[in-house]
Amino acid sequence: MAKITWKMQDGTVISAEVKDGLNLMEAATANNVSHIMGECGGCLSCATCHVFVAHEWLAKTGEVDDIEDAMLEMTEVEREENSRLSCQIIASPELDGLLLHVPEPE
Amino acid sequence: MASPIVIIGAGQAAASFVSRHTALGSTQPLLLIGEESHPPYQRPPLSKKYLLGELERDRLFIRPLDWYAEQGVETRFNTRVTEIRPAARQIAVAAGDIIDYDRLIICTGSSARNLPAEIGGGLDAVFTLRSIADIDRLSPEFRTGRRLLIVGGGYIGLEAAAAGRQLGLEVTVIEMAERIMQRVAARETSNYFRHLHSSHGVEIMEGAEMIRLVEAGGRACGAELTSGEIIDADLVLIGIGGSPNIELAQAANLECDTGIRVDGACRSSDPYIYAAGDCTSFERNGQQIRLESVQNAADQGDLVARVIAGEDVSYTALPWFWSDQYDCKLQIAGLNIGYDQCVVRPGDKDQTQSIWYYSGDRLLAVDAINDPKAYVFGRKMIESGMNPRKESVASPDSDLRAIAKG
Ligand SMILES: Cc1cc2nc3c(=O)[nH]c(=O)nc-3n(C[C@H](O)[C@H](O)[C@H](O)COP(=O)(O)OP(=O)(O)OC[C@H]3O[C@@H](n4cnc5c(N)ncnc54)[C@H](O)[C@@H]3O)c2cc1C
Ligand code: FES
Repeated sequence: MAKITWKMQDGTVISAEVKDGLNLMEAATANNVSHIMGECGGCLSCATCHVFVAHEWLAKTGEVDDIEDAMLEMTEVEREENSRLSCQIIASPELDGLLLHVPEPE
Repeated sequence: MASPIVIIGAGQAAASFVSRHTALGSTQPLLLIGEESHPPYQRPPLSKKYLLGELERDRLFIRPLDWYAEQGVETRFNTRVTEIRPAARQIAVAAGDIIDYDRLIICTGSSARNLPAEIGGGLDAVFTLRSIADIDRLSPEFRTGRRLLIVGGGYIGLEAAAAGRQLGLEVTVIEMAERIMQRVAARETSNYFRHLHSSHGVEIMEGAEMIRLVEAGGRACGAELTSGEIIDADLVLIGIGGSPNIELAQAANLECDTGIRVDGACRSSDPYIYAAGDCTSFERNGQQIRLESVQNAADQGDLVARVIAGEDVSYTALPWFWSDQYDCKLQIAGLNIGYDQCVVRPGDKDQTQSIWYYSGDRLLAVDAINDPKAYVFGRKMIESGMNPRKESVASPDSDLRAIAKG
């Protein structure tokens, strides 16, 4: 289990205990986090699961592979150095307390 | 109480509509009616990870079952809608109830085509692949050592072939057309996938016309080809495409052609009825088309919610699609309908390449094979109406990012 928090631009937060092994796009849609759509179901074809990882957590969320790196060019809100596609972050005890900022398109 | 917005069919388009409708904060009540026993789920994994047994059932669900009630959405699964009565703004369901609607959204999707019963479509050990229930029937037979015959070399057939090999089945694919994927892709893409499957031990037979399935004791045990050849099999999977579920709409006299005809706002010919997903047909670049893709279902479902909320929007999203076979990822941006030339761009690694479809000088679509950069930048170029020179696209040394920036 890991407690994950999504913070929206207006400051509202959603927190949830997420089962190990689930990816954080699935966790977000299950918990009704808006703007995270996950259209491709997590297979790196849509980039609709974009999040900004709180800087202090970047190292723990793992490496961005080549496919994710390319797909991050396609996000609706432009990528920043802490951008991730949340379908590629898998819940585990090390991520307990993780904070994600949710980009909001115009 | 005001009548609800009723959604017929609880699949990808319906889920997208409901998500957007609730996210927009609309208080108008929703009633979601679906024939299957599950809440809306993703179908793509059915021929991929779910068939391989690598994904639990609940993880297919687009939203967890509880989510709908939490959002105040009333659901009726296991319920088939049998009639639409546009004049009375009512529908009838199989149990006999009559339900009033304020607006109706038809999201009935499409069905997998089977072979006609005369040539063996109804035999045991013959399967189609469209739903969780289909996989429940197929899985017990989908086992190591079995001989799997796949009729049809399109995406679903080829994905199932890959899953079959990964699970140790012996796999033969027969394709009637001159090459696999003929309907959806250029020769270059077919060639790549033929090679991919052959190298994984799939026997691919192209230009192979089947007369009938061969039967033994009520079970299919192979296929007879026009060449006289008999292909033995323990199970047969039919992957010959889908047909849209438009019978309800036709019976209600909604305008239909290859699908339920909708305008740019997904309105049908009845002002209170909308349609979204596989069951619709719509105009794109002067042609009437129908798509079977997650993108189309999700974007149309989303659009209908916005239209009903009063937004002035129309459907212009660029189509995209993907297919996963073995470790190979095919990503497609755009629609290649009407292409007259293809340009192949080698990728920067082994086994990577992209195929760029042109009509004259206009870029229409890109098939990117293990080459997500080509997909991303190709998609950007098409979205912004950019038509890169063929020579620059074909050169592996050109910088796609720079080209896409213009
Ligand atoms: C095996 C497989 C693999 C696929 N892979 C990909 C892929 O990799 N990428 C991609 O983009 N797309 C893929 N697709 C296509 C994609 O899944 C569909 O385009 C998408 O599901 C269409 O959504 P929809 O809402 O229109 O229809 P569906 O999701 O099919 O939902 C329609 C629902 O309506 C119900 N229904 C129909 N008639 C009635 C009625 N009278 N009353 C009540 N309910 C009714 C049906 O039972 C069904 O549950 C795949 C499809 C399949 C089957
Ligand atoms: S869900 Fe599509 S890329 Fe993450």
